[in-house]
Amino acid sequence: MRGYLARKTVIYGLTFVVAVTLNWLIPRLMPGDPVQRMVARAAVQHPETIAAMTAYYEQTFGLDLPLWQQYLNYWAALFRGDLGTSVWLFPAPVAQVVLDAVPYTLGIMIPAILLSFVVGNSVGAMAARSRWLDNVALPVGYLITAMPYMWLAILLAWGFGVALGWFPVAGGYDFGMVPQWSWAFAGDLLQHWVLPFLSLFLVSLGGWAIGMRNLIIYELESDYANYLSALGAPKRLVRQYAFRNAMLPQITGLALQLGTILGGALVTEIVFAYPGLGKLVLSAIQNQDFFLLQGTLLFVVIGVLLANFVIDIVYVLVDPRTRTGLTGATA
Amino acid sequence: MSLSVTDLRVHYRTLRGDVKALDGVTFEVADGEIMGIAGESGCGKTTLGKALIRLDTRMKHAGGTVALDGEKLPIADDGAMRRHRYREVSLIPQYAMSAMNPTRKIGRMIRDLLAAHNVRYTDVLPELERRLELVGLDAEVLKRYPIELSGGMKQRVVLVLSTLLNPSLLIGDEVTSALDVSSQKAVARALVEFRDHGFVRSMIVITHDISVLFQVADTILVMYAGHLAEKAPARTIIDEPLHPYTKMLIGALPKVGDRYEEQQLEGIEGRPPSLLDPPAGCRFRARCPLAHDKCAEAPPFREVAEGHQVACWAVS
Repeated sequence: MRGYLARKTVIYGLTFVVAVTLNWLIPRLMPGDPVQRMVARAAVQHPETIAAMTAYYEQTFGLDLPLWQQYLNYWAALFRGDLGTSVWLFPAPVAQVVLDAVPYTLGIMIPAILLSFVVGNSVGAMAARSRWLDNVALPVGYLITAMPYMWLAILLAWGFGVALGWFPVAGGYDFGMVPQWSWAFAGDLLQHWVLPFLSLFLVSLGGWAIGMRNLIIYELESDYANYLSALGAPKRLVRQYAFRNAMLPQITGLALQLGTILGGALVTEIVFAYPGLGKLVLSAIQNQDFFLLQGTLLFVVIGVLLANFVIDIVYVLVDPRTRTGLTGATA
Repeated sequence: MSLSVTDLRVHYRTLRGDVKALDGVTFEVADGEIMGIAGESGCGKTTLGKALIRLDTRMKHAGGTVALDGEKLPIADDGAMRRHRYREVSLIPQYAMSAMNPTRKIGRMIRDLLAAHNVRYTDVLPELERRLELVGLDAEVLKRYPIELSGGMKQRVVLVLSTLLNPSLLIGDEVTSALDVSSQKAVARALVEFRDHGFVRSMIVITHDISVLFQVADTILVMYAGHLAEKAPARTIIDEPLHPYTKMLIGALPKVGDRYEEQQLEGIEGRPPSLLDPPAGCRFRARCPLAHDKCAEAPPFREVAEGHQVACWAVS
């Protein structure tokens, strides 16, 4: 187990370095010059003023240094927790801007992932043994899984927001309110949360249900299920075993899906103008804000790596076959 | 009288109609008897084994009765049959290698199974450990996962597990087929030992390998195309078989001391008939060298000597 953890840590560490490097590189490869943009915003005409402002900004952002030095500085600053200053929201620090947005993204993602995983797997397991439910759940599951996130999000916004008027269609909270600890604000927050959450939840739900249904049917046909039944084990015990074993591939599936779900969350946020990381990424690109884009993507990368790491550990705990394989015990 | 099967018929439902895999089978297994069932693949031996404990979803009970210790078994009723499984009829499956849940420790799985039968694990644990030792396994295997055991070890664990509640009848389906010869011998010996210790009252051992049956079985039942051909003590089947099919089956086995460089080992010409729409009369007729007009009528399975039954018109 210790060797396994060490190996995993090294792999994740390497991935992190590569991701951070790409993260630093990509904004610099994008067309356009953020400093020019900031100077243009000031609307000055005098060439000397422009030169002075350009020099000041370049120094502030460390863009006057050679690339390799910028790269090293980036790493150094990273370990100090300093992600730089936002160009778009100058002079707000990137770390602060990102940290303000993270709760919104996590707030829709974590419940959507966990609930869709739990509900989807339960519905799938039930569908595997009820023909009626199977006939309903399977087509519905295929339908909602095939929907792109943003399309479902637009449908929901139109249906529940515009047509029925039950939920607001944009924002994280009402623009007339000031964020504070009060019941009224919490209620408002919740109302704005429902639709983005629902669109993420629904799209993931179908996939889990279909996968689980197929896995359960397969497990119930397996040798150990037949043997238990022949020895008079009740259906409940056999299904319990089948469910547990069918969960294993689903957990791997969850790890593989995380990136996709995250991408979906970002798109969904943009549809609902939800103030999370997705909206931040879009704004950063639109405003050529290197540092904000870098910072946001860094959080995304860290999030995905952490989640995958946790799933790796969970998998080893629930499946003994992976455990013995890595301690080198002989079968 | 331990087991008595009367005119048992089991069919497989297929898209092209019912396959009559077991078509009127009548026999008895006495207390303490180990009966071997032999025959080529598709003769109905596995179907017979399954029919006695658990029909799978494609199988249909088309008639006949099974009685164990004087009580009729409700073989067509899966729910009612559950009460009899494990305590009265038990099974060592064809697939002992994969018979245990790969993600549960063996002890935990046994505990779950016993709990489902209202037996406390701790009550049987000493006996379980004693029996594991008897087949040469350490009690420590209970704390392991199935993948940590070799094929032979798994086979022996399944043997102990299947017989833990001292069933009246144990069905062993191709128990030794997946094992190498030395493991085969150990398992075969364990089967006999378990009968001798009274862990199992009687046993039906199904295999295509007659040499294994000769080591284990008291009597051998030869099946052909869903019918019984011959039943006799093991020695008699090997030394003086009466049914032409049995003769050819035994004749197809290589013998120690014979050299097969010059002489060809004889197989049996032809194939068994389709069971979708089997021909009337004796089913071996088409391949039988002794066939004559009378064989168009099905021969009765009758006793020709003490404990020796044959279904053939040519045997008087």
